Amino acid sequence: MSTALTADELAARVEEFLAAHDPAQLQTDEDRLEWLRARFDAGLAWVSYPAGLGGLGLPRAMQGAVDAAFRAAGAPSNRPEVNGIGLGMAAPTILAYGTDEQKQRFLRPLWTGEEIWCQLFSEPGAGSDLAGVATRAVLDNDTWVVNGQKVWTSGAHNADLAILVARTDPDVPKHSGLTYFLCDMHDPGVDVRPLRQITGEAEFNEVFLTDVRIPDSSRLGAVGEGWRVANTTLNNERVAIGGRVAPREEGMIGVVAQTWRDHPERRTASAHDRLLRLWVDSEVARLTGERLAQKIAMGQPGPEAAAMKLSFARNYQQLSGLELEILGEAGLRYENQQGWTMVRPDHVSFTGRDAGYRYLRAKGNSIEGGTSEILRNIVAERVLGLPAEPRADKNIPWKESLR
Amino acid sequence: MSTPLALLDTDVETDLRITVRELLADRCPSDAVRAMYDGDRSIVGKLWKALGVDLGLAGLLVPEDQGGAGASAREAAVVLEELGFAAAPVPFLTSAVVATTVLLETAREGGSEPVSGLIGALASGEGTLALVVPFSTARNGRLATAMVDAAGCLSGEVTSVAGVLEADTLLVPVADGDRVALYAVEAGAVAITPVSSLDMGRQLADVRLDGAAGELLSGDAEAAIRTALDTGSALLASEQVGIARWCLEETVSYLKTRRQFGRVVGGFQAIKHRLADLYTAVESGTAAAHYAAAALAAGDPDWLVGASVAQAYCGDLAVYAAEEALQLHGGIGMTWEHPTHLYLKRAKADQIALGTPGAHRAALADFVNLPAAEA
Repeated sequence: MSTALTADELAARVEEFLAAHDPAQLQTDEDRLEWLRARFDAGLAWVSYPAGLGGLGLPRAMQGAVDAAFRAAGAPSNRPEVNGIGLGMAAPTILAYGTDEQKQRFLRPLWTGEEIWCQLFSEPGAGSDLAGVATRAVLDNDTWVVNGQKVWTSGAHNADLAILVARTDPDVPKHSGLTYFLCDMHDPGVDVRPLRQITGEAEFNEVFLTDVRIPDSSRLGAVGEGWRVANTTLNNERVAIGGRVAPREEGMIGVVAQTWRDHPERRTASAHDRLLRLWVDSEVARLTGERLAQKIAMGQPGPEAAAMKLSFARNYQQLSGLELEILGEAGLRYENQQGWTMVRPDHVSFTGRDAGYRYLRAKGNSIEGGTSEILRNIVAERVLGLPAEPRADKNIPWKESLR
Repeated sequence: MSTPLALLDTDVETDLRITVRELLADRCPSDAVRAMYDGDRSIVGKLWKALGVDLGLAGLLVPEDQGGAGASAREAAVVLEELGFAAAPVPFLTSAVVATTVLLETAREGGSEPVSGLIGALASGEGTLALVVPFSTARNGRLATAMVDAAGCLSGEVTSVAGVLEADTLLVPVADGDRVALYAVEAGAVAITPVSSLDMGRQLADVRLDGAAGELLSGDAEAAIRTALDTGSALLASEQVGIARWCLEETVSYLKTRRQFGRVVGGFQAIKHRLADLYTAVESGTAAAHYAAAALAAGDPDWLVGASVAQAYCGDLAVYAAEEALQLHGGIGMTWEHPTHLYLKRAKADQIALGTPGAHRAALADFVNLPAAEA
């Protein structure tokens, strides 16, 4: 059958499913999980995925209506807010490179939220230069033995599985010696330690890997193909950043505009002009995102999303800094939920908690997901076609490069 | 904001863009624009005939039943972006956008016979018009300085007016108590003094009315005039984007060939990062300008917010892009021979035209409820 469903037929399919699986009847967590599994098996989980893997092979644009219909019916949620790495990065990579067996094994529990994922990419010695990772994986019969240290792993303390990039061949240039794995976070060799950050809490972790054993059946893609596989993951991260159209005054500008409206006594002429400049910048960034989404819908995706992220980081940092100044005395206090007490949150909101937290957390926006400096290189090289940076380590065996 | 407005060119708009760009590449060489600074304005008439009459752009916004092309603000934005890209010296903004909108708005409110006559002249390209206010007039600015006597003769002086040197008929706002009346005056009936202007590609003039005979078009034209100025603001953003895009593309292209220290200069990271930031700004400005035009074309009530956002952003963008182009070209960018200064002068003049970015931010403060500090 090659004819794709129309929007009306898809809506009817959702109605049919809801009639047969009434969300109002669900009592226990197990009921809700069974319901989510049934939704997956009906192809109504992520409709752009292939039939048999939670989807119906439909355009990604048709997902919104399905989600809205299920939400309106009070359907259980698969809690995407705690499994962003799984849904946004691991799943599309498994779909692109996984064997049939891997797709069958991993995608359903990933989507239902039974298994939470994290990302073991960055290392203390490999941040922007991700292809320089030093974590080693050595084959022992049909099992890989992994040793190394990963860092900036959000959600590692709650994760069941991880996407992992490790070095399998140090004798070839750095991009050629990497392999991509799906790692069991419950392996006894995995040690997760909180990494406390400038906000006082530990949103991220360090992950120490000591003789972690990964069966060769959990390798994603060919040995030595890890860099290409990892780029699939990272490109999906950028689509996720650039692909969503926000309403006006969503995000940090909404928070700071509200602070301005709530505090007439704190208004000054200079803060007013700065706020209006940032309001304009935020609105223009929103429109730029909308235009980019229209380009992507027309089939013109590309590295332009890197430019969006540059604007986003700058806006959030300038706005959150301005908000503290508007608040004045109140900006001197850091009294959000727990002050500086070390906690381990299960998800993060850039616009949550109080102004001091927002100011400090925004500092990460120009570092995480590609530093602003690396993003400028991407725009300059891949969009504008300017010469690439000289790379001293590109064509020599990884083990001979200076680190 | 239910269905998002289309922010990309339609196929028809792409065709129009290519047509205008090709014509300008052929008929608007930068040395002819540069010659205007030395008093040779010979390019203006020829180019405006080719664009306005031959391509029919003079009547682009005039409805088809009044003899025009019946196009929308979206197409006008495409034309302005290309005019900015070429730093072209034609009165499209002043006649085909601002003056045309004044008349169309006046007609909509029940205009007189002479109004439709003037619209017909605009549509065919036989008539070129200009609204007689200083080019720097912001959306809340004073409109009328001229006076009228009992015999219908106008007197007064209006300085720094754009589009007058190309116009045959002038639209003159006249103070009438609390109201603003609008008169049409033959250009030949007033004293027009060309001004040595920052941007000689859009050379200004001082207009002196010394008992000139005027024909009353409307006794209450303030709303029509202000709508026309806001329309001009919304669409000037596209000219500014065109300027900025030329500066970006020209600079990138130059820096891919210019070598120093044995390397292509565009390969230095200090340069690459500046160009990446400029690209980001140009893409952002493009989205803002397209939104303003799309909202205006759709009759979306949000169009005034869109216009203010676009002017607040793109006014500075064009100047930033031209200043970067000059700096990154090094010494050659400082020469009279290189076209960058034509864009810098256009950009700086456009930043002040129809209200500075600061004036548009102040307007926005009212639109989006971000009040200023109490005085």
